[in-house]
Amino acid sequence: MPKFDKRAGDILVWALLLAGPYWLPAVGSYVELGSHVVVYALAAMALNFLLGYTGVLSFGHAAYFGLGAYGTAMTIKYLYPSTPLGILVGVVVGTVAAAIIGPLIVRLRGVYFAMCTIAFGQVFYFIAFQWRSATGGDDGVSAWTRVPLDLGFTKIDILNNPQAFYYFVVAVFAVCAAAMAFLLRSPFGRTLLAIRENERRARFLGIPVDRHIWMSWVISCFFVSVAGTLFALMNNFIDPRALRWDQSGDFVIMAVLGGMRSFWGPLIGSAIFLVLQDYISSHTENWMSFIGLFFVLIVLFFPRGVLGIIRRKATS
Amino acid sequence: MTQLLLFNVFNGLIIGAFYALMALGLSLILNLSGVINFAHGGFLAIGGYVAYTLVPYVGFWGALIASPFIVAFIGILVERVLIRRLYGRDPLYSLLLTFGLAFMIEDGTRFIWGAQSLPYQIPSWLAAPLSTEYFFLTGYRVFMMILVAAAVAGLFLILNHTRLGLRIRAGTLDLETVSVLGVNVRVLRNLNFGLGIYLAGLAGVLAIGMLGLQPTVGDNLIMPSFIAIIVGGLGSLPGTLIGGLMIGVASGVTSVYFPSASEAVMYVMMAVVLIVRPRGLFGEEGRF
Repeated sequence: MPKFDKRAGDILVWALLLAGPYWLPAVGSYVELGSHVVVYALAAMALNFLLGYTGVLSFGHAAYFGLGAYGTAMTIKYLYPSTPLGILVGVVVGTVAAAIIGPLIVRLRGVYFAMCTIAFGQVFYFIAFQWRSATGGDDGVSAWTRVPLDLGFTKIDILNNPQAFYYFVVAVFAVCAAAMAFLLRSPFGRTLLAIRENERRARFLGIPVDRHIWMSWVISCFFVSVAGTLFALMNNFIDPRALRWDQSGDFVIMAVLGGMRSFWGPLIGSAIFLVLQDYISSHTENWMSFIGLFFVLIVLFFPRGVLGIIRRKATS
Repeated sequence: MTQLLLFNVFNGLIIGAFYALMALGLSLILNLSGVINFAHGGFLAIGGYVAYTLVPYVGFWGALIASPFIVAFIGILVERVLIRRLYGRDPLYSLLLTFGLAFMIEDGTRFIWGAQSLPYQIPSWLAAPLSTEYFFLTGYRVFMMILVAAAVAGLFLILNHTRLGLRIRAGTLDLETVSVLGVNVRVLRNLNFGLGIYLAGLAGVLAIGMLGLQPTVGDNLIMPSFIAIIVGGLGSLPGTLIGGLMIGVASGVTSVYFPSASEAVMYVMMAVVLIVRPRGLFGEEGRF
């Protein structure tokens, strides 16, 4: 029975995502918010690869998200106006940075790991903030736009058609989600679960734990920088706030809110968080207080997340 | 050039003293309770604003003494109501909670006192430069330096020579045994949290005389405090102190030669320490 439920859940998620442009306006929303949710969901799922499936707490993922975004924005603005090239450069920049930082921190655990990821994350924030001549400093990289996709036989206008851009985002999301699901089902993914459940036992079994955590970290940062490139393309703009620590906190709260132990949890978390943020920030100036209160309430009363609670109800 | 260097070393020491004051508070809480207090910068800001509000009634000196105690009291309340519930759970949750708390404090101070920067009056005899001949140095900076040194000395006196300090140090090593020996661990953690927040409040009162007062005043101090803890080594308070002073001086000296790299140098130091000695300069082996 649970197996059937899981497949039904998958089908439901994909059906909702694919039909987005048709039902979003009907419930009083808009397609752009849909793109927003999917981009953040990808980032939160990437974080959850590390947080939920490897059991390692990173609070600095915004750095690699932002690096992906800056890589894309600066490539399209200064180098060559091409969306795929921008994505490629952004992802390479984010992933390489993560691969270099990785060995410095994989030996650490728990709060110490979290603290070092926060501190290293801020490095890129300061670089983006202070290197005015290249990154525009506080003003960010503007005056560029994403470029319509040229497939040779046809052109897809992701620039002016929000629906086309939505499907573009969903397509990238689908590829990434499939890749993550595949990795998690592979022996490698099972090893990560073993490390999460009992690191000492995994070590005794001869698993090189530090190397696996490093690999999981790089994979996670790879996917988060993909999300970052989409974020830059979505806004046609990027500024240093995308790499600040509060952005990392948003990713973590999305994963927790949806359910860290579930594959689709971060997607649900991202949807709830962004709709709520959208609503609150259009109704009050003090939205920061409400978001902060939201964090506190989730931690105190909702630590398993939406899917965690549903699953618990189903099994009991 | 030597004068400029000397000036920047001293400036670095002052900034480093602030980092150390923040980091010592963070470290106390982290060591005993395993909580990274993201809201530490927020408590610093509250310290500044409370002092600003008190000055017209009790004067500069009264505010200097009263404000940190008020902030510590707020900290004790916060620990009792919120943070206490998360002990023994995944550190993820306490991080998220203090993170949300930081948002609420920043927005709350903005709501009460406004977003604009507020001026903070320090006594004119302290604000005057000591000497204009050699290099620019106000009495306030020297005064701050002395006060921070006194606070740090006081902290180590408490830790080394009082029963509370003994229990905090013992609890850092093995909380379970301390609990079995009949110490009320809940109260101990509560007081320890208050002590850490007291230091944040004191840093806040002192910092606003130099940095001015706005809701985000703590933001620029919290990351260096994290670095101070990492460089100095987790679990070691003297390490945290030295770490704070070191990164302060390093960034002061760097600002003479490469002003734009004065932030980056701290992170470079952190990276070097993590490569050479992952547990930090004075950290205990196997703690994390």
